[in-house]
Amino acid sequence: MIKRVFLKGKLVAKTGNEVMAEAMRQIEPDVVAAYPITPATEIVQIFSQFVADGIVKSEYIAVESEHSAMSATLAASAAGARAMTATSSQGLCFMLEMLYIASGLRLPIVMAEVNRAISAPLNIHGDQSDTMGARDSGWIQIYSENSQEAYDNMIQAIRIAEEAKLPTLVTTDGFIISHCMEVVEFYPDADVKAFTGEYKPERYLLDTKRPYTLGSIDLQDYYFEHRYQLAQAIRDSKDVILNVAKDFEKTFGRKYEMYEKFMLDDAEIAIVVIGSTAGTAKAVVDELREKGVKAGLLKIRVFRPFPTEQIAKDLVYVKAIAVLDRADSCSGAFAPLYADVVSSLYAAGITTPKIVNYVYGLGGREINTKHIAEVYATLVKIALGVQKPANQVEYINVRRKK
Amino acid sequence: MNKEYINKKLTAEELPVGDYVESGTAVAFNTGSWRSIKPIWNKDKCIHCLTCWISCPDASIKITIDEKKGTVVTGIDYDHCKGCGICSKECPAKVQAITMEQEKK
Amino acid sequence: MVNLKDLSKNPERITGGHRLCAGCGAGIVARQAMIAAGNTSVVVTSATGCLEVSTTVFPYTAWKNSFFHSAFENSAATCSGIETAYRSLKRQGKITEDVRFIAFGGDGGTYDIGLQSLSGAMERGHRMLYICYNNEAYMNTGIQRSGATPLGAHTTTAPVGKTHQGKEQNKKDLTQIMVAHNIPYVAQAYVGNWNDFITKIQKALSIDGPSFINILTPCRLGWNYKPEDTMSLARLAVETCIWPSFEVEYGVYKINVMPKEKKPVTEFLKPQGRFKHLFKPENVLILEAIQKDVDSNWELLQRKV
Repeated sequence: MIKRVFLKGKLVAKTGNEVMAEAMRQIEPDVVAAYPITPATEIVQIFSQFVADGIVKSEYIAVESEHSAMSATLAASAAGARAMTATSSQGLCFMLEMLYIASGLRLPIVMAEVNRAISAPLNIHGDQSDTMGARDSGWIQIYSENSQEAYDNMIQAIRIAEEAKLPTLVTTDGFIISHCMEVVEFYPDADVKAFTGEYKPERYLLDTKRPYTLGSIDLQDYYFEHRYQLAQAIRDSKDVILNVAKDFEKTFGRKYEMYEKFMLDDAEIAIVVIGSTAGTAKAVVDELREKGVKAGLLKIRVFRPFPTEQIAKDLVYVKAIAVLDRADSCSGAFAPLYADVVSSLYAAGITTPKIVNYVYGLGGREINTKHIAEVYATLVKIALGVQKPANQVEYINVRRKK
Repeated sequence: MNKEYINKKLTAEELPVGDYVESGTAVAFNTGSWRSIKPIWNKDKCIHCLTCWISCPDASIKITIDEKKGTVVTGIDYDHCKGCGICSKECPAKVQAITMEQEKK
Repeated sequence: MVNLKDLSKNPERITGGHRLCAGCGAGIVARQAMIAAGNTSVVVTSATGCLEVSTTVFPYTAWKNSFFHSAFENSAATCSGIETAYRSLKRQGKITEDVRFIAFGGDGGTYDIGLQSLSGAMERGHRMLYICYNNEAYMNTGIQRSGATPLGAHTTTAPVGKTHQGKEQNKKDLTQIMVAHNIPYVAQAYVGNWNDFITKIQKALSIDGPSFINILTPCRLGWNYKPEDTMSLARLAVETCIWPSFEVEYGVYKINVMPKEKKPVTEFLKPQGRFKHLFKPENVLILEAIQKDVDSNWELLQRKV
C-alpha cells in the first residue's frame, strides 16, 4: 500500500511518535489538550515544544487527566476549533465515557493513539486491546502498519473527521512503531496545509450571533433517531474515507483503501491482520509464494467503519483463513476482528472458507515469522481438508497446557 | 427549523445532525399547567421595586420599560408560572401586591 | 452597587418553560447569573444535573446564549476547552468579540465527581467563572448524600433509621479548597440575596482569571420545605452563620453580609424536613455538635478578615 509513485517530500528517519507529532505540526490545530501516558507521551511532548517555540499557532492545554483531555478537546471542537489529542491504553479507557459523547455530539476531533495493553496486570507494551475496547464508540478507527502509514493516516484523518462529522483516531502499535526509527517521507508544509484546508464548522458555540444548545437530554421520543443518525454516519463514512484517500493519492502519491490486499487475488490461504504484524506476515507470504504456496494477506486499515460487504467479496475464494487478533475478548466466544470477518462473510451468504481465530502478541509478546509460518502451515492443512479448523480461539506463543 | 421539530416528530434524516437545539425554544413549552396555586398581581398596590421579577425562577414576571418610570411590572406570565409563591413571599411586607389563590380547574 | 431598574434592562437569557420544580433555587441562580452578565456574550457549560436536564429537554432549551453539556464530572474541563478555543481563535483573528465563560455544576458535580476537573481548570488559570449551585445533596437522582451534605441531614443514602440519624460526617469545606488554589476570586453566596450574588458575579466576570462562587441553593424537594420559602430559608443560613456570605479577592477575606444578631442554628434547621429527626430529645447531641461547629467556623472566618 505504501508503494511510492513519486517523491513529493523529503526522506527522514523518524519514530512513529515523531511522525505523529510532525503531522500535528503541519495540521496545526487550534487546540490540543492532552495528558502524558507511555508510549504516547512523546507525541504531545514534541508538540508542546512546537507550541513553546512558537512554531505553531495552536493553544496547548496540559490537562489533569485523560478524561479532561477528551472533555476539553471535544468542547474546543464544539466551540469552533480544530482540536486534537493523543493517548494510549489506560488513558483511552479513562476517556471512554467521553469517546461516546464526542461521536454522539458529532464532533470531528482527531486523536493520535498508540496501541498498548490494558491493566491488569500493568503492562506498557503494544497490543490493540485499548482501541478494541472502544471499537463501537462511534469513532472512525484507522490503524497503521508503519510510520509512513501513521503519518499519511493522520493527514487524511483530519479531513475524514470533518467531512464525516465523526471523531477519528489513528493508531500505531506501541513501541513497535511508536519508538522505532524508520525512513519516512515528509511532505512539504504547504502541500499538507492545502490538503487539510481550513476548518469551517456550520455551527459552533462561539458563534454568538447564532447561539444554540449542544448536549441536550433526549427522552424516548428522540434518542433513538439521534443514535440511528450516528450509526448511519459511520456506515456512510466509508465513501468519505475512500474519497479522501483518492485525493491523497493524487496529491502525495500513496494509495490507500479500507484495507490492503497483499497477494490475495489468487490466494488459497490467507491471514487477516491489523497493524505492524502485517509487515512480518508479508515476509512470510513472500517466502511461501517462492515455494509455490498460494498464500495471501488482508491487512485492515480502517477497522471502523468495518468494510463488511467489500471484505466478503475479497475473501470468498480463499479456502482457509486465519484471523489474527492482537486483543483477546473475554466474551467466551471469539476475538473482535474474527467476529466481524465471520459475520461479514456469513451475512453475504459465504460459508465456504474455513476460518480460524488466533490471539497473539498481548502485552508486547513476540510475534515473528516463525509463528506466522506455523499459522500458514495450519491453513494449508485445513485447506486440504486434512485438519479440522478449531472452533475456539487459538493462542500464539503463550505458555499453557495443550 | 426548531418550530418544525417541535410541532412534528422529525425522522433521523430530517433532524439536524447531532442533538443541537436553537436557543430559547423552551418558551414554547407550557409549564403553567403545573400550578395548583396562582399569583394574583395587584396593579394598584405594586410599587414596581422589581423584587418579584429578580426572584422568579421561571422568568414569569412581565416587565416593560416605561420612559418616565423606568422598568415597571405589567403582570404575570401564566404560560410559564408554576405557582411557587416566591414572588408573593418576597414582595415587601408593607406592599403585598401579589397574593396567592387556589387554581380553579 | 447594582440596582434592579438597571438590571432589568439587561437581556433575559433564560426563558420560562424549563422543567425545574416550582420554587427551585437553581432556576433563580442561573437566571440571576445570566442577568448579571449584562450584554456580554457568554458561553455556558453545565455538569449533568437538575439544572441541565430541566433546562434542555430536546427540542427545547431555556438558554438564549450558547450552552454546552457533555457529562457529569467535567463542566470545568469543557469550559476550559471552550475558553482555550476562544483564546486560540481570537489570537488568530477569527473571532473579534469579547466572550465570557461560565461553568455550572451542582454540589455533586463540583464537590465530588467533578472536583478533579475543577481543580485542574482553576490551577491552569482559565478565565472562567465556576458557579456551584449547592443544594447539599444529589437532588437530580433523588436526594443522595454528597460531600456537601451537612451533618445530621436525612438523605436517601444516609437515611434516618433505627440506628443511624442521617449523615454522620461534616460537609467538606470546598470554598476553602478553592481559596487554596490561590485563584483571584472565590466567594460564597446564597439564593436569598440577589444584590450580594449579582455583585459577586459581576466582580468575578471582570477578573482576568479563574473565579469560583459557591452559592447555597435550597431545594424544596430535598430539604423538604414549602416552595415559597426558597429565599427566606437561604437567608436564615446566613443569619445563623451556617453559610456565611464572604469573598476572598486575591487572598483578602471580606464578609459581605454581617448578621445583625447571630441566630441559633435551629432556626435554619427547624423548617426543613431533612432535619426533623434532630428535634427528638435523643438527638440533642447532634444539634449541639452542629451549633458548636458553626460557632468555631464563624469565629475562624472572622479572624481571617
